[in-house]
Amino acid sequence: MSETTHERATSAAPPPPGENLSAAELAARHGLAVSGARPSLPAYVRQLWGRRHFILSFSQAKLTAQYSQAKMGQVWQVLTPLLNAAVYLLIFGYLLGGRGGMDMPEYIPFLVIGVFLFTFTQQSVMAGVKSIPGNIGLVRALHFPRASLPISFVLQQLQQLLFSTVVILVVLIGFGHYPSWTWLLVVPALLLQLVFNSGLALVFARWGAAVPDLAQLMPFVLRTAMYGSGVLFPIGHILDGRDVPSWVADVALANPISVYMELFRHATITDGPHHGDLAGYFWLLAVGYALLALVAGFVYFWKAEERYGRG
Amino acid sequence: MADNTTDTAAGTAPAGERVPTVIADDLHIVYRVTAGRQRGNATAALRRVMRREPSGRVREVHAVRGVSFTAHRGEAIGLIGSNGSGKSTLLRAIAGLLPPESGKVYTDGQPSLLGVNAALMNDLTGERNVILGGLAMGMSREQIKERYQGIVDFSGINEKGDFISLPMRTYSSGMAARLRFSIAAAKDHDVLMIDEALATGDKRFQKRSEARIRELRKEAGTVFLVSHRNRSIRDTCDRVLWLEKGELVMDGPTDEVLKAYEAETAS
Repeated sequence: MSETTHERATSAAPPPPGENLSAAELAARHGLAVSGARPSLPAYVRQLWGRRHFILSFSQAKLTAQYSQAKMGQVWQVLTPLLNAAVYLLIFGYLLGGRGGMDMPEYIPFLVIGVFLFTFTQQSVMAGVKSIPGNIGLVRALHFPRASLPISFVLQQLQQLLFSTVVILVVLIGFGHYPSWTWLLVVPALLLQLVFNSGLALVFARWGAAVPDLAQLMPFVLRTAMYGSGVLFPIGHILDGRDVPSWVADVALANPISVYMELFRHATITDGPHHGDLAGYFWLLAVGYALLALVAGFVYFWKAEERYGRG
Repeated sequence: MADNTTDTAAGTAPAGERVPTVIADDLHIVYRVTAGRQRGNATAALRRVMRREPSGRVREVHAVRGVSFTAHRGEAIGLIGSNGSGKSTLLRAIAGLLPPESGKVYTDGQPSLLGVNAALMNDLTGERNVILGGLAMGMSREQIKERYQGIVDFSGINEKGDFISLPMRTYSSGMAARLRFSIAAAKDHDVLMIDEALATGDKRFQKRSEARIRELRKEAGTVFLVSHRNRSIRDTCDRVLWLEKGELVMDGPTDEVLKAYEAETAS
């Protein structure tokens, strides 16, 4: 930054000093830059990288603060997802019988993975929507690339998910699915989902900054997405016996939420009627969705950088 | 940074010419408030949405109206005016935190507002807040580590036991304010802006913080100070901007402007 100031100031031929310069001319003459102007995209990426420590410690601080008033403290990090899974198991496993031909040892890990991974995306979107309106004080007091906020909140959700993953692993082993080499595929699958969620959060952060009402609307949209992506029961099972062409199920399966879930499930649940081989194009889809969401989301968010914090 | 800018100043400006650090050019700031007066009930609101009437809830507050001035290196500028006259808004616009409706602000380097309150979390320990606040202001991890002890000592939080390892919500309001000020004042600034609410804490701490502000002034190129206490303006500033209803009423040497301001407010 200081270098550019230097260049600009020296490259301009010094006009004679005078009181009748316009503000813009005077500014250019002394190498002053417009305050609060949007940086170029590469400069923005550099600024964001420079703030990586802030992004990380902000997300950790939020996570710690979340349960600090509770007596049991951080135990809730694990208890909350576990209770969530228990509720869904009760309703969809026992009461509604939405098991889709799976035995309990296959269905319970299937359900737990679905619920936790969906929660990751769901919370990322909600955190994205609220990231600017919920931190307006911060945005109005300090200078930092605003993309730090949504990204930080997605990282907070990732840390929450890592606690949940421990629960998932325990459930898997408890139902007789033992670790194998394919379990390692969980790592790239989660990373791709993280990238996808970050992109999604950036898009929703810009929308949420413009229309805070989205925070009221999104839970309904997200719940619809949950039932449509095979979180609680296999998509094929719902469509079985109904008069729909088979491509409907394929399209439903190819939606990003379902893709990341299926990758995780097929990496860990290796035996069972519903967990045979997964088509290879799922990995392609996962990479494609992640890159598309990140690039589009980042550019879209950056385009309004100088406007966050108004109103 | 400081070296470089001095360089450019020496390189381009003839001796004796003052170097501007902040230029405001016909600056207008408008807040859009969504949660304004709500007329009627839910059905009325729905009707407005259905008829695509411009939502009656968005109201505009024209907080700064066409302010222009040029601040130079080495100046300490006071901002005065009654409550709601647009002083804090003007500072935020200079810092680039509020986008102008029209007009422009040019600055040398990144002006910063002295204050990190919004970044701190009451549920975290003082220790973590020092780190978090430092990072939020853009300090590096090394810088924070280096200054950590200084911040804690300055705040005097640990004078009455090991409070720094307790959550901030357990602090008395005075203690919390002291820690906030200590964190905010730990960073070096090119253009520094101080909002009045900072003069907190007991007498001893106030003295210490005034000394620190004087120090910051020496390090910073230009200082802006918002205050309702004319005495502190007189003590620290050599130039004063008087704002009223978002307009610049007067801009001049401290004595002159304060005299006019006092004459106005006395009546």
